[in-house]
Amino acid sequence: MKPAPFEYHAPTSLDAALALKAEHGDDGKPLAGGQSLIPAMNFRVAQPSLLIDLNHIPELRHITKPNGSVHIGSMTLQSSAERDKLIAEHVPLLHEAIPNIAHPQIRNRGTIGGSLAHADPASELPVVALALGARFRAQSSAGERWIEAKDFFAGLFATALQTDELLTEIAFPTKTARTGYCFTEVARRHGDYAMAGLAAIVELDANDKIAAAKLVYLNVGDGPVDAASAAASLIGKAPEAAAFKEAGRIASQEDMHPFGNVHATPEYQRHLSAVLTERALATATQRAKVA
Amino acid sequence: MSNSYPITVTINGKTIEKQVEPRMLLADFIRHEAGLTGTHVGCEHGVCGACTVLFDGKPVRSCIMLAVQANGHELTTVEGLAQSEDNMHPIQNAFWEAHGLQCGFCTPGILMTLVPFLEENKNPNEAEVREAISGNLCRCTGYQHIVDATLLAAKKLNEVAE
Ligand SMILES: Cc1cc2nc3c(=O)[nH]c(=O)nc-3n(C[C@H](O)[C@H](O)[C@H](O)COP(=O)(O)OP(=O)(O)OC[C@H]3O[C@@H](n4cnc5c(N)ncnc54)[C@H](O)[C@@H]3O)c2cc1C
Ligand code: FES
Ligand code: FES
Repeated sequence: MKPAPFEYHAPTSLDAALALKAEHGDDGKPLAGGQSLIPAMNFRVAQPSLLIDLNHIPELRHITKPNGSVHIGSMTLQSSAERDKLIAEHVPLLHEAIPNIAHPQIRNRGTIGGSLAHADPASELPVVALALGARFRAQSSAGERWIEAKDFFAGLFATALQTDELLTEIAFPTKTARTGYCFTEVARRHGDYAMAGLAAIVELDANDKIAAAKLVYLNVGDGPVDAASAAASLIGKAPEAAAFKEAGRIASQEDMHPFGNVHATPEYQRHLSAVLTERALATATQRAKVA
Repeated sequence: MSNSYPITVTINGKTIEKQVEPRMLLADFIRHEAGLTGTHVGCEHGVCGACTVLFDGKPVRSCIMLAVQANGHELTTVEGLAQSEDNMHPIQNAFWEAHGLQCGFCTPGILMTLVPFLEENKNPNEAEVREAISGNLCRCTGYQHIVDATLLAAKKLNEVAE
């Protein structure tokens, strides 16, 4: 199908975009890569009366490393971030996750900020952002604020952004010593939305015991799912198969409540999540030892 | 409510100026306004890949972009590949020789996906080719001949380069 009629604005500065957002609120829909929004408009699931195209605002496309984090402008293309050297070197978890997003043709238009603002529980980037404790810069014509990842995702396709705010930048903490990161998922076909997947982070202490851990899953809840009790079960333990298996059991049986979908039953999603947990923890541990 | 906007788009080296409604999809602009019907429309939600064109040299889905967003940009469609009817692009010759198509509906999107892929990957293996076309659906071939044709195309392109 075709989109319903709408008014179109393509501001060339952030101030102009924020003024439009202030004036039109919820009726003024930001258009980033359009890779989720336009399909929804074609199906008329979304019928915005006004689109604010953010593609002509150069200030929103940048990747910098001020201190302790890599800052990514919300309109940075997924394909640019995928090839970026700063990200590859300093935020390896993000670098590993991006190629799992859709296909190259989609990543050539889709943006980092668009995926995060869309907050699809099946998406890779919200999982990475929550696992790393990324921070989100929300700007409006009245001012700006930074939102922690744990407060940013507010349920199914919902975020903490107010109707007059735009997501302008995301700050991803850089990698730290003795810490290993791993992103892995299972999809029916490369590029499809995954049936299950996770980001795992393992930090080792001086005796090679697990000092800290983080496990965040996709597509098994109404947002990225932080398996806190599974991660807590690892603390103080030697990073070995038995501990990984137990963490996978706790995560898949206690921390998550998958809905299932046409491709996978909830039981299958739990099974995949458990198996992937073991693999991700083993890989993250290997990486922590040499980090 | 929906006003129309003047846009200027270069397609296969030719500049086109038109007035379009903002809701016109780029795929429809290419087919109905520019009259280039080689770009196919299968699903209109970004899944099948039939509408893939090059946007400033990079493959994108033209069904989930607006025509107004192409203002000032350069597009290449499947019609832009061959130099003339009897001088096809090496990748087109490879698809012909290795039976890389049956009904041909998916072919334009597959070619426009593979042309930039083969520019970046001179000697791809089978697994890489399969991943490269993972975003394109074909309901006829079962993909094997598409993969064969792509590997043949890589060989032909390397010969041309030598
Ligand atoms: C076939 C196909 C397969 C896909 N597979 C995957 C996949 O496997 N994994 C995955 O994660 N994604 C997948 N996607 C989605 C893709 O990654 C999208 O690019 C992404 O979800 C949205 O980013 P976008 O830049 O295209 O945003 P848009 O579609 O333009 O916008 C999405 C939403 O976010 C809002 N928005 C955008 N930017 C801002 C901003 N700066 N401030 C406030 N609100 C904003 C928009 O108003 C809209 O509501 C797929 C898409 C397609 C078509
Ligand atoms: S018609 Fe564009 S991807 Fe199917
Ligand atoms: S040849 Fe018929 S769809 Fe691919």
